[in-house]
Amino acid sequence: MHIMEGFLPSPWWEIWFLVSLPFIVFGVYQLNRLVKERREALPLLAVAGAFVFVLSSLKLPSFTGSCSHPTGTGLGAVLFGPCITGVLGVIVLIFQAVFLAHGGITTLGANVFSMGIAGPVVAWLVYKAGTRAGANTYATVFAAAALADLFTYVVTSIQLALAFPGTTGFLGAFTAFAAIFAITQVPLAIIEGAVIALVFKYIVHLKPEILIRLNLLPESTIQRLKEAAA
Amino acid sequence: MKHGMEIAVAAIIIIFAGVFLFQDAAGDKSWEGADGEAAELIEASGYEPWIEPFWEPPSGEIESLLFALQAAIGAVIIGYVFGYWQAGKKTA
Repeated sequence: MHIMEGFLPSPWWEIWFLVSLPFIVFGVYQLNRLVKERREALPLLAVAGAFVFVLSSLKLPSFTGSCSHPTGTGLGAVLFGPCITGVLGVIVLIFQAVFLAHGGITTLGANVFSMGIAGPVVAWLVYKAGTRAGANTYATVFAAAALADLFTYVVTSIQLALAFPGTTGFLGAFTAFAAIFAITQVPLAIIEGAVIALVFKYIVHLKPEILIRLNLLPESTIQRLKEAAA
Repeated sequence: MKHGMEIAVAAIIIIFAGVFLFQDAAGDKSWEGADGEAAELIEASGYEPWIEPFWEPPSGEIESLLFALQAAIGAVIIGYVFGYWQAGKKTA
């Protein structure tokens, strides 16, 4: 769930635009290079973007009695890194702000930062650390996507607490917002991680050569994963 | 196990749905959006949003239509690409 239109006072909405901007500019640069030099990866990029579309449109009920939606950004972050995923996030967030009044144009910078950048950075770091440590690939993807989802809403709570410290101060406000956003998100993050890990399995089976070329998995690991599923 | 992961994912989704059905039967939850709850909390402090969305879906039905459309666009792309890869693998 994004920060709604008008719910970030000045200077906060401007600040978050400025914070997000360099990531998006670098993401556009990386995207251009990808389109020119790695054309075979474009269908995979389309899948990553489409995943954000699908998952961020599903508002799911959580055990807290309220609804929120997953982000779907974990897949793009693992495959293409956080900056390209940030660009995908911009597209989805503009769609939702313009057609659905979900999120907002003035809060776009803050929402891009939480969903398109901060979450994906976590996913990307978890994936890199997991593969380097030799952890199970699917478990790593699960953890990357689930933590990205959860961290997105932790950041949303931080953004709101900074803008609205109220009478309790930043920590008190953060606890209140995190109770609404982050706690609700826990089961959704688990589902998101599971679904993205499953999709990753299908990519390993159908297009392992792209994963090798993008330097995401060594050939030996892919061989092992395929044998395990045979 | 060949379909171990599919079974695990299905189990997670079934547990998730089960928890929802159980809680809903107990019947004290509103299932409102978390963003709306945060907005209420902020407005309770006296803050008023300084700008309104320039267009809002006029009803819940129209909103559902647009959310469904968003999901459909994504699902078509995912299905197309995976189908393309699958078929390419078979003919190769």
